[in-house]
Amino acid sequence: MDNDAISIRDLGFSYPGQSKNCFSNLNLDIAVGTRFGLFGPNGAGKTTLMHCMTGLLSYSHGSIRLLGNEIAHHKKAVNKLFGFVPQDFSLYQELSPVQNLEFFGAWSGMRSGAIKKKITELLEVLDLTDVKDKQVHKFSGGMKRRVNLAIGVINDPQVLFLDEPTVGVDIQTRHAIINYLKQLNRNGTTLIYTSHQLSEAEELCDKIALIEDGKIIINNSLEVLLAEHKEDGLEGLYVSLTGKQYKDIEIVSTG
Amino acid sequence: MYKLRATIKKDLRILSRDKMGVLFMFVMPIILAIVITAIQNSTFELVNDNKVSLLLNNHDTGEASKELIKSIEKIGMFNLTLVKGKQMDAQVIERMNNKDALLAIIIPANFSSKMAAKAKNIAGKALNNFGAPVDGVNVKADADSIEPITLYYHPVLQESFRASINGALRSSLQLVESKQILQTLYFSLNETALPDSLEKDIINTNVAINQVPVSRDGTRVTPNATQHNIPAWTIFAMFFIVISLGSSIVREKLNGSFMRLKTLPTNYLIALLSKQITYLSVTLLQAAVIFAIGVLLFPLLGLPKLNLPSDIAGLFIVSLACGWCAVSFAICIGVFAQTQEQANGIGAVSIVLLAAIGGIMVPSFAMPASFKIAMNLSPLHWCLEAFYGLFLEAGKLKDVLINILPLFVITVVIQLLSLWGLKRKNLI
Repeated sequence: MDNDAISIRDLGFSYPGQSKNCFSNLNLDIAVGTRFGLFGPNGAGKTTLMHCMTGLLSYSHGSIRLLGNEIAHHKKAVNKLFGFVPQDFSLYQELSPVQNLEFFGAWSGMRSGAIKKKITELLEVLDLTDVKDKQVHKFSGGMKRRVNLAIGVINDPQVLFLDEPTVGVDIQTRHAIINYLKQLNRNGTTLIYTSHQLSEAEELCDKIALIEDGKIIINNSLEVLLAEHKEDGLEGLYVSLTGKQYKDIEIVSTG
Repeated sequence: MYKLRATIKKDLRILSRDKMGVLFMFVMPIILAIVITAIQNSTFELVNDNKVSLLLNNHDTGEASKELIKSIEKIGMFNLTLVKGKQMDAQVIERMNNKDALLAIIIPANFSSKMAAKAKNIAGKALNNFGAPVDGVNVKADADSIEPITLYYHPVLQESFRASINGALRSSLQLVESKQILQTLYFSLNETALPDSLEKDIINTNVAINQVPVSRDGTRVTPNATQHNIPAWTIFAMFFIVISLGSSIVREKLNGSFMRLKTLPTNYLIALLSKQITYLSVTLLQAAVIFAIGVLLFPLLGLPKLNLPSDIAGLFIVSLACGWCAVSFAICIGVFAQTQEQANGIGAVSIVLLAAIGGIMVPSFAMPASFKIAMNLSPLHWCLEAFYGLFLEAGKLKDVLINILPLFVITVVIQLLSLWGLKRKNLI
């Protein structure tokens, strides 16, 4: 357990006013340094689980530990350890990339000098230097995604949560983002990632879990799973486990 | 402090890019203040400086009617035109319809002789009471049949204004009548005419009426349209920041920034504090700009100059209290609104309603009793009372604390409501 980035035990959660539990006694361990992919059909509970792991949603029973810290009890300390890249462009589109990064850097607890240094590095790596002072609302979807990612990693997080970080971007931007995430992982950052881009997941993740109807139905390294199910790709594995029928359920607001 | 500074910087940057919001916050109230003051000022001048046109058709040829006309001229309210040739009433009305005059007075024929008869009758009665038999009572029948003076008025004249005209005419009639009685009485006793000097001593009152506007510090500044309008529209402007601040909060909720901030090791109350400091500064700037316009620009536009209260520190604190309440209200709207359209719509309509029941648009004394209860719930009412205490009554801060206290209570209630809303929506 000491080597786990995330350790979930007997997690129970339901949205207020809903009788059905999203999770009942869910258990999951994610080792430090893993590139972990969480997959499942729409409404299976991927985003809800990620919001529980990041402290955005309060669970009713069980525990979630992030690098050994129970997040329900040490929220402020835990929040310094991870970064979060939401699916939406959760940033200020009226501001420039630099202004956004300055603000979110300060809120991450960084000092002015460290923020400036990190901003220069991120703009360079994510190819945003030329547009660093332009308002984000004038950017293309791909550029906004890169700013969204930069904000998530401004504080050099030990664990990085990514909720569909490449949705709606072109191949070049996807390639750049995936390469950058691999580089972060090589430097020790644990990645916890959800996406519907299974080919991308195959390229990025070394371990995957499939969630359906609030339950983890498989959780292992990609090679082992493919061998066990006699599939040659993640897409085939996914369909063989979840079936071909539509899986959408009613979307519940997360507030 | 670094986090707070960074957040204030972020809020100021976002605000500076909200051109429409800035337009609503500064330009709209300035235009309102100028236009409404100009309109009210012209009405004020119409009533106070201009004379009302009056046609006078005298069917009488005697002295009493001439005396009455002289007395009416002395009132000073009227621009008097005597109708020549003793026209028919219908012709006079026709002239009024043609906007020649707003008023017309018709003095009936035999007015003077009937007035003299009445005077003789009353004088006779008085002498009888003193025990001196006189034959004055015999003219009673004549005295009772004085035909009324007719006053035609244009319907545009308000009732209160007509009442004051009526009062002035009655005073003139009373004067003429009193003179007649006095002269008759004097002649009956002395068989000589009443000397002019004695008549003046008896008739003219020497008791002057000294008109003084009420003020707490004893100054003699007469309130005008500017003194009323500038504070009122300043408050309106402060509360209209709901358009910018309310929708800014909704935007942050909808685009996920709120959610992202929750994953960072900083309390969201820093963000709320930053918004309060930023927008409170904006409300104080609004007040300073509008007051400066009242002092510097209004005289150049031919409008009365704004006289600032002597207690500038008090003015600052009242502005601060009003601004804080306005910011709290805008945050509350932002917290509960689901969309920007809701925030703008509910925000704007609620401010107009609170302004209306708070006495910004209609004076509070003119409201029905049932509205006066609602008025006390409007924060704009307490803001207005506090500003009027300083601007119109020349009061000090201690004089308006009684208005600031309920404003403070309302502000705290709104703040608590916002915190409850944020908690309920899992935003803090």
